[in-house]
Amino acid sequence: MNLARDIMTIACVSTGAFFFLAGTVGLLRFPDTLTRLHALTKADNLGLGFVVLGLLPQAEGLRDGLKLISIWMFALLAGATVSQLIARAVRRSGAR
Amino acid sequence: MSIATVFEIALAAVVLGLAIWTIAVPETYSATVGFVAYGLLVALIWVRLDAVDVALTEAAIGGGLGGVVLLGAAARLRDAEATAAERPDRSTRLIAAILSASIAAALAFAILILPDYAPTLAPAVVANAGATGMANPVTNVLMAFRGLDTMLEKVVLLLAVVGVWSLASDRAWGGRPGPRHEADPNGVLAFLARLLPPAGIVVGIYMLWTGADHPGGAFQGGAVLASMWLLVIMAGLADTPPVSSRWLRFILVAGPCLFLVVGLGGLCFGAAFLAYPVAFAKPLILGIEVAMILTIAATLALLLAGAPERNT
Repeated sequence: MNLARDIMTIACVSTGAFFFLAGTVGLLRFPDTLTRLHALTKADNLGLGFVVLGLLPQAEGLRDGLKLISIWMFALLAGATVSQLIARAVRRSGAR
Repeated sequence: MSIATVFEIALAAVVLGLAIWTIAVPETYSATVGFVAYGLLVALIWVRLDAVDVALTEAAIGGGLGGVVLLGAAARLRDAEATAAERPDRSTRLIAAILSASIAAALAFAILILPDYAPTLAPAVVANAGATGMANPVTNVLMAFRGLDTMLEKVVLLLAVVGVWSLASDRAWGGRPGPRHEADPNGVLAFLARLLPPAGIVVGIYMLWTGADHPGGAFQGGAVLASMWLLVIMAGLADTPPVSSRWLRFILVAGPCLFLVVGLGGLCFGAAFLAYPVAFAKPLILGIEVAMILTIAATLALLLAGAPERNT
């Protein structure tokens, strides 16, 4: 049972780390602001989501699990809002 | 060498590199962004050192609110930076470099001559943890064993607000700090400013409450409350209060005043200044912390809002 949990943790956290890596590479390499935002949200949403999913089997109780999930939800909310604001600012200023 | 050690070495190297980059980069804006990232990574270092209380404060102040203050300063300096082309001459820069290097060397020397086992009061703090009825040693030190330091620290915060306010022009004195923020009332920012504060206020109060036994406390909770208030202000849903308002000034002095009153009470009824009667230690400390979280939240938010600049 423990082994199954550990395997799920390793698999999910590794997937999350991959998305963070891919998102960072995209942030550094993509040509304009909107595509860079796209890369950043992959790290925020999917990367953090997989890390949280992987940590859930290691949580000590329901309370800790809910705390982890709410951290992800808050990051989603903040990430979505900030990307909208940045994208709007880019469109207004016409900068790329 | 374990994975944790490799991670710690990498973390320390990145923090040092970021610190050098923050100093070396010419643009104010880039330096600010570097400083915010630096603050967040330093918070990670504090977590690795098992100092979660300090990590929370560093993330909230160094990474969050301090970063916003510096971004505001960078935005104000942007116009001046383009016109101010003159740089300090070579000798000034040389003297500044020598001064900085000798301070760094003196600090390094002071650290190196410390005894290998630095004198510590940590065992005494752990042994006396029961005296206040709280299990978090950091809260015990801040609120009881070194309460005087914490009280004076809050007075310093108050002085900082007075300093920011004193930048106001005569005409704007008594008015509202900062510009009036306009945002689309149906836009995403206003949506976030309606959705987040209920949860944020609960988190801030939870941090204060859990600070008795776990990492957290009035400062960390106050920083969260301050950021919620600022979010509502920046979304244009509320305006900053005029600095002449009575309730605002009352909240600003509530924390240090209650602390002082309880301290003087200790002088009259107890053993010494700031000595809590053992039976009432926890309720008294909680009462002070409740007043302080309001003071800290208002102080931090007003430090960011800036000097009063308009009367409407």
